[in-house]
Amino acid sequence: MLSIHNLHASIDEKKILKGINLEIKPGEVHAIMGPNGSGKSTLASVLAGREDYTVTDGSVTFAGKDLFELSPEERAGEGLFLAFQYPVEIPGLSTTNFIKTAVNEVRKYRGEEALDAVAFLKLMKEKMAMVNIDQSLLSRSLNEGFSGGEKKRNEVFQMAMLNPKLAILDETDSGLDIDAIRIVANGVNKLRNKDNAVLVVTHYQRLLDYIVPDVIHILYNGRIVKSGPKELALELEERGYDFIKEQFKAEA
Amino acid sequence: MNNELSAIEKTVLSDYKYGFVTEIEADEAPPGLNEDTIRFISAKKNEPEWMLEWRLKAYNHWLKMQEPNWANIKYDPINYQSIKYYSAPKQKKKVNSLDEIDPELRKTFEKLGISLDEQKRLSGVAIDAVIDSVSIGTTFKEQLAELDIIFCSISEAIQEHPELVKKYIGSVVPITDNFFSALNAAVFSDGSFCYIPKGVRCPMELSTYFRINAEGTGQFERTLLIADEGSYVSYLEGCTAPIRDENQLHAAVVELIAHENAEIKYSTVQNWYPGDKDGKGGIYNFVTKRGICQGAHSKISWTQVETGSSITWKYPSVILKGDYSVGEFYSVAVTNNHQQADTGTKMMHLGKHTRSRIVSKGISAGVSQNSYRGLVHVGKNAANARNFSQCDSLLLGDKCGAHTFPYIEVKNNSAVVEHEATTSKIGEDQIFYCNQRGIDTETAVALIINGFAKEVMNQLPMEFAVEAQKLLAISLEGSVG
Repeated sequence: MLSIHNLHASIDEKKILKGINLEIKPGEVHAIMGPNGSGKSTLASVLAGREDYTVTDGSVTFAGKDLFELSPEERAGEGLFLAFQYPVEIPGLSTTNFIKTAVNEVRKYRGEEALDAVAFLKLMKEKMAMVNIDQSLLSRSLNEGFSGGEKKRNEVFQMAMLNPKLAILDETDSGLDIDAIRIVANGVNKLRNKDNAVLVVTHYQRLLDYIVPDVIHILYNGRIVKSGPKELALELEERGYDFIKEQFKAEA
Repeated sequence: MNNELSAIEKTVLSDYKYGFVTEIEADEAPPGLNEDTIRFISAKKNEPEWMLEWRLKAYNHWLKMQEPNWANIKYDPINYQSIKYYSAPKQKKKVNSLDEIDPELRKTFEKLGISLDEQKRLSGVAIDAVIDSVSIGTTFKEQLAELDIIFCSISEAIQEHPELVKKYIGSVVPITDNFFSALNAAVFSDGSFCYIPKGVRCPMELSTYFRINAEGTGQFERTLLIADEGSYVSYLEGCTAPIRDENQLHAAVVELIAHENAEIKYSTVQNWYPGDKDGKGGIYNFVTKRGICQGAHSKISWTQVETGSSITWKYPSVILKGDYSVGEFYSVAVTNNHQQADTGTKMMHLGKHTRSRIVSKGISAGVSQNSYRGLVHVGKNAANARNFSQCDSLLLGDKCGAHTFPYIEVKNNSAVVEHEATTSKIGEDQIFYCNQRGIDTETAVALIINGFAKEVMNQLPMEFAVEAQKLLAISLEGSVG
């Protein structure tokens, strides 16, 4: 589904990603872990198409297409979803209206007819129950005055509504208490199936207690330095990132 | 970011879709302004002597006045002798009913989406259509007359209801008020007149649609609206003009009078031709709008969506004379390309327990300049007066300007006056967030703009709100890369 080959990217001439290789298949959950500044969020941003970053080398194919040939909205149309670390606020724009626009724009891209108000409402009700989100939140301006937990829950709700092939969760656990993490993770788990995939980007192991990955990759200094089964996260939790830093300092 | 900005500059090109010209013969006054011009206009309208005298008095006062220069706008001096002050579409004969209106004129209004055919109108909106200097027809007159509501052109009101016109004209905006209002008083050629009798709730929206058509003319209309005790009216005005290279002057005066317990809601969707992307042509919109809350517990509410004109100079105001009266001003002003807007309001608190609320939303794009200028005055007898003002500016790109000039004068220490102002830019982050959800940049900008302006849009009558939302999006089309 997603195939990253020798990806290099930089921001303002500063090299951040220095040759990432990664293969994600339908039905899989991958986690990217790593210390601060290792390039985790950059990877998520580059995949989603944020303009600040320049891809200097390598290639990414997503669902059979060259990802870098697609604009950010086309990537969304193809089924790539990014749950933001810091979801933005848009005052005056109701969350429902925003999501309705998004759903119908994506449908348009796929050559499907726009949902009318009744069909949209039905879909919304179904997904609201699934990810445990309240109607009152959706009537408010997009993310305006939302707590950290509400913002992240709203991200997962949008993911449910857009039903992506690949969901990238960028530090979705940051700033959340353990209850909020559990709610968000439950939502994500309910959305998993054999046809979609999830890429979890996180600093801490705790989110992975709830969203259990098939593979964990450790990102350090712009490269994946180690990949392994979910137990790798426990090792990191125990020993911290220092042993990774020690081990790979020479190469850095 | 840099790429995005150059795209803003590159693509600031929105098409003005009302720019057509109707080929119709006009009955015109020669260019120039002197006492004879005024006598000509007055004679054309077959006006009584008192009206002519009033005009001449205004003209003589105007001669002694200076054009104001305090606004944050720049334009070349206007040659008042080169303007034609009267232009009327020549109709074959006097029309007795709307069915007899020249088909060419009817077509003009249909192109603008306004049907003068009463049967074809979907919802209850009565319309007075004004083209250049004259009103060409008013719809739903008979139905309104059953409630003793008078809704007609001001020319007709001068003939049919002279006692009302005489009593109220110039009572809110005196002929000596300012340069442009004095000019208007001297040469106004038409406009709408409306009187709602005691205790009557006007059952439909009243609306005037203004259209400048002829070349080289100025449009000077005068609207007078009186809501007698305990009555209610909601009034809408819309305006467009053909695309021309020259600047055309529009200097209107609107006077509102609300008696005890009466409420007037006045909404404007202003879409005069704004000039091209290099700033050539466009309407100079120098307008004086003022209402008086004459009686206790009366209310006047101005709502405006300003997207057109090359220059807007306009401050719809409320004199809060009656105790417990309420004044409101809701405004969205959009400027793009080379447009300049200096607009705001004045709330004059004279009565006790008077309240006012100001919500101004300025949106600037291109190399335009957008200023809010507002005065909140609390007189020494206005005990417990209360005002809340909020002025928000939204910038698209980094070559436009947003300015706020709030003036506050308080002469009674029991008053509470609050002012809040914010300035923001449409963030790259906001656009990217929308993009990531599959929404393209144009649509994202429209969503953000409409969110920003929502508080004001909510004040518009339903029929106009949808139209106004589209207008906002069109005005800013292509202004973000």
